[in-house]
Amino acid sequence: MKKLIFAFVMLAASPLAAQNQDLGLPAPEGGEVVTTGTEASGEEAEGGLTFTVTDESDWQNLTVAIPGFATDRDVPTPASTDGTAALGRDIARIITANLRNNGLFQPIGPDQLPQPGFAQITEPAWSTWVSRSNEMLVHGYVRGREDGRLVVGCYLYDVALQDELVREGWVIPPADWRRAAHKCSDLIYSRLTGESPFFDSRIAYIAETGPKNARVKRLAIMDSDGANHRFLTLGSATALTPRYSPDYKKLLYLSYVDGNPRIYVYDIGTGRQQLVAETGNPTLAPRWSPDGSYILYSMAVGGNTDIYRVPATGGQSVRLTDTPGIDIGGSYSPDGSRIVFESDRSGSQQCYVMNADGSGQRRISFHGGRCATPEWSPRGDQIAFTRIAGDFNIAVMEPNGRNLRVLTRGWQDEAPTWAPNGRIIQFFRTTRNSGRTSLYQVDLTGRNERKLPTPVDASDPAWGPILP
Amino acid sequence: MNKTFATAMLLGSTVALAACGQKAPEDIPPPPASTVPEAPATTPTTPAGPSVGSQAHFEQSINGQNVIYFDTDRFNIDSADAAALQAQAQYLAQYSSVSITLEGHADERGTREYNLALGERRANAAKNYLVSLGVAAGRIQTVSHGKERPVALGSNEQAWAQNRRAVSVVIN
Repeated sequence: MKKLIFAFVMLAASPLAAQNQDLGLPAPEGGEVVTTGTEASGEEAEGGLTFTVTDESDWQNLTVAIPGFATDRDVPTPASTDGTAALGRDIARIITANLRNNGLFQPIGPDQLPQPGFAQITEPAWSTWVSRSNEMLVHGYVRGREDGRLVVGCYLYDVALQDELVREGWVIPPADWRRAAHKCSDLIYSRLTGESPFFDSRIAYIAETGPKNARVKRLAIMDSDGANHRFLTLGSATALTPRYSPDYKKLLYLSYVDGNPRIYVYDIGTGRQQLVAETGNPTLAPRWSPDGSYILYSMAVGGNTDIYRVPATGGQSVRLTDTPGIDIGGSYSPDGSRIVFESDRSGSQQCYVMNADGSGQRRISFHGGRCATPEWSPRGDQIAFTRIAGDFNIAVMEPNGRNLRVLTRGWQDEAPTWAPNGRIIQFFRTTRNSGRTSLYQVDLTGRNERKLPTPVDASDPAWGPILP
Repeated sequence: MNKTFATAMLLGSTVALAACGQKAPEDIPPPPASTVPEAPATTPTTPAGPSVGSQAHFEQSINGQNVIYFDTDRFNIDSADAAALQAQAQYLAQYSSVSITLEGHADERGTREYNLALGERRANAAKNYLVSLGVAAGRIQTVSHGKERPVALGSNEQAWAQNRRAVSVVIN
């Protein structure tokens, strides 16, 4: 009898319980990283540096030496089992891997280099590095503070000029120590290429396991280099198409948790989620506006799918498209004024642009084949999309539809997502017959294509912006 | 072209069920498995046959015509689909307490989100046809699985033709 009563209570509480029943433990929120002066040096950074690199082919061949970061005092830290000295070498290894994996420069890591002392971080032993023919030199330090937090400094030197190019320092909670390596990677990359940073960012995606006709699809997140991987859902309900909010506090994604496709907004800190729109209809393809104030979603009513916009805080939805057929997806221009989306109103999937209020809809893809899953570059100058012309490939074009360039040649490459700086595109590749999926990335130039390491098969990548 | 194949397959499975002597063409794959988790109650231990209103009873009564097939990117109801839906409508007219879910599916050769919308469109096309035959709309739910739940696992035209489908499933 008690069991019966219990079951009844569970049923009565089902609306909320059903929404949450596929959720795992919430991910711990990252701590705050504060940019600070680089305390190891008493000198002011010199202004008026004249060294610039503008030609990509030149900087690709730069050798960058990255010896272990030094520590003033080897102290225990929760960030490492071996204290701050070992942590300094790990940070240098991560920077080396970041640059190497992305085809940037010719990095040489701490395991191939002499270890500088703490005093040499601001006064490099030039003769050592000149004799090794290293063109660029990265130095850094790790200091354990009394309050448990870490101070990490990062310096980039030009060996030929024997001069400092840039420096920065950060105060970080020990649990976020890898972010110091990403921030230093970004500092080096930005200073040497003139591009905006991208390493200090995260990726949401769908982790896939199981046979082709019964794939288990779980919401998962990881750092841009694959570290700090977490599953956010348990896999009892199919999860698809995640999108990080610009502040990384929330994730939009599609879940079948109540048996039907519906989009939810998942709060990463609390581990709770709610429906984006209270409707009896299927909701698909969630997207954030660049400032996070609006959510785009697509809703099928009687088989006809259109794109809607709703304030992220809730409220009245506005319908942006109303043609017969499938209008779906949507990706804002970085200034929020326009939206590129997909529609089959012409008879096949093609890409269209409209103003953010739904006015001025016009087709931009006229290059043969189909245009699907368009994503506006964070730099605004390109739109990446899935080009379907026989096989599925990742391609880019300008927002007016001109200058199509096909970047990949897989059998089925789909769903591009941009790096925060608009220089790299991730996507997922499906293998013919087996149906197995993997995340890949490729440069905007079409070079440096590589498979990203994930614990299991992976699809639907969504690259977030630079971490706040 | 694909439609022809699907029709042939549908007829093939119907023929097999009817235990007719006509030989099916050799390249016809086995009919799609039921999407219903529980096995049909047509085992030797239940000689009485499936109970009225069960999925097995539904499928048996309409000669396995609980699945209809679509051309690439299409959602129109052709004559083979219409015949299957008419059989379904007759069953639903006879057993007025039975409700169904129409599951819409797409093949793997489409992008994920578009295929979810396409599956919904196919499920609704089938639903609208049943409603036009007099089935109350409130007895038919729809759900799209896009390309997430294929029945044929290959990456070829035959497999894709089997996966572009709408499946009628009795709600218990």
